[in-house]
Amino acid sequence: MPSGPIKIIVPCGSLGAGVVEEEVRRGVSLGAQAIATDAGSTDSGAAYLALGMSKNNRGSVKRDLTILMAAGAEAGIPVIVGTSGQAGGDLNVDWTRDIAVEIARELGITPRIALLYSEQDKATLKAKNAAGKIKPLAPLGPLDDATIDGCDHIVAALGPEPYIAALQAGADVILGGRTTDTAVIACFALMHGAPAGAAWHAGKVSECGSQCTVYRDRGAGVLLSIGQDGFEIEPLSPDNRCSPFSVSAHMLYENSDPFRLTEPGGVLDVTDTVYTPVDDRTVKVTGSVWDPQPYTLKLEGAAGGRYQTLMLIGIQDPDVLGRLDEFHDKMLAALYERARKSTGLTDADFHISLRMYGWNAVSGDKPPPGTPAPREIGMLFIATADTQEQASQIAKACNAYFFHWPISLDKELPSYGFAFTPADVDRGQVYEFKLNHVVEIDDPTELVRTVFVDLNEGKGA
Amino acid sequence: MTTLKDVCHHVRSKNAGPYWVTFDLFFDGPENFARYSQSPALGPDTFHRLFGADPALVKRFAVPSLNVVKLSYARTSPQGGEVERDMHSGQQYVRLLGVELD
Repeated sequence: MPSGPIKIIVPCGSLGAGVVEEEVRRGVSLGAQAIATDAGSTDSGAAYLALGMSKNNRGSVKRDLTILMAAGAEAGIPVIVGTSGQAGGDLNVDWTRDIAVEIARELGITPRIALLYSEQDKATLKAKNAAGKIKPLAPLGPLDDATIDGCDHIVAALGPEPYIAALQAGADVILGGRTTDTAVIACFALMHGAPAGAAWHAGKVSECGSQCTVYRDRGAGVLLSIGQDGFEIEPLSPDNRCSPFSVSAHMLYENSDPFRLTEPGGVLDVTDTVYTPVDDRTVKVTGSVWDPQPYTLKLEGAAGGRYQTLMLIGIQDPDVLGRLDEFHDKMLAALYERARKSTGLTDADFHISLRMYGWNAVSGDKPPPGTPAPREIGMLFIATADTQEQASQIAKACNAYFFHWPISLDKELPSYGFAFTPADVDRGQVYEFKLNHVVEIDDPTELVRTVFVDLNEGKGA
Repeated sequence: MTTLKDVCHHVRSKNAGPYWVTFDLFFDGPENFARYSQSPALGPDTFHRLFGADPALVKRFAVPSLNVVKLSYARTSPQGGEVERDMHSGQQYVRLLGVELD
């Protein structure tokens, strides 16, 4: 390990979320030796892996990556990105690669770009499964071939080793496939011999950028300084600060165990970690332990399911608002009857859901008796069926009933407030994750494919 | 009668991966934490009643340094499925607020 601590800029919580150029410049001036960030998460659902699509818009990602690549090239430090394009599938990586190549040309730079593909071949996974190398994580059970075949895309969440290999091969920019957020940030310090407990914990704390600071709205990034006796963390924005509470509380975030975090090749254990203020904006973290374990990678698989069509109405009718649960149940029964009669489908073939926003759409529970009527509600109609055409036909069949369903028959038919014309919106497939498993491997780089883009030869565009 | 919202200054929920929901209960001070962190009312049966959770798949950790109790349960339907109503589980904490602790 070099004599001083390893300094790493984590410029944002996720690439495209809004890097602040002044912060990156400040980090570089403070001696940063690398810039590292993830570019995605499973948190927004399976569609982004199933479709190979980014959640962020292209312009936001290009803007952030331009700042990072320009700073990296100027300072001569690597830019390390994990979980490219939100899901880290091959399509997501390629989408990000094209942006990076475009940026390099616009900036007039020729970085050595490494692409770390972590999408998995189904035959390979079936062989691993047959060999007993794939284990389920609760609440799922053992994996079968049909589930593997049913996925549109499967990725393995990489550890730091492929990143270290790419850095050692001279990569200036790394665009990784699916990777644990922590590994993306920890890899550079691990490569330089930092203690594993400090490197991994630094990665965990900073994975969401300024989320671990006191004022989360002041700036986007943090600076890590990882040494032999732990690490220090400070916000990159001068008007923000870290406190022992803000830093230690981040171990709680999106994580079911606040003390032990399972990563490829081990467990980060912070049971005995101590958080100490260094000054009014920097916190020192010591005592974090890395507990080595057999090497595993977590698998994520996504698949498209049935198709949905939506309609939306607004209701202010006081008679309806006073009897919403009754209205919901009667309308739903009428819609099912109408859909069956007009499409020839049976109840097993389709599903209709009505969500009353402003009443109980989020919980689905019936509010207790005596709950005051809302001023207005939005009612979302969701038809689900095997094909888009069927879902669309169900919505069209239900249109007039959804529009006019009366709470009482002694008045003329009401007309509720449609938001759109045409009223129905085909929204495509339902996307779900299908895997919650780990695969045991002997070589940490066994399931990754590393490809270098040679900008000088004009490849990769 | 004391409910959870009476003794916590912050309660939040979020996905912990696509198959788990996790709750962080930030208690008001060490006394409330000490008094309620092991409350049976925050046990698996409550998660079964409020969320339909499998009681065997409910985890609880106390974090004394932060006066926090962390509770998690395995989702009963996968994230983003046909019946999804809260993609990130960010609203699930609300049902916990009224849990009676004593």
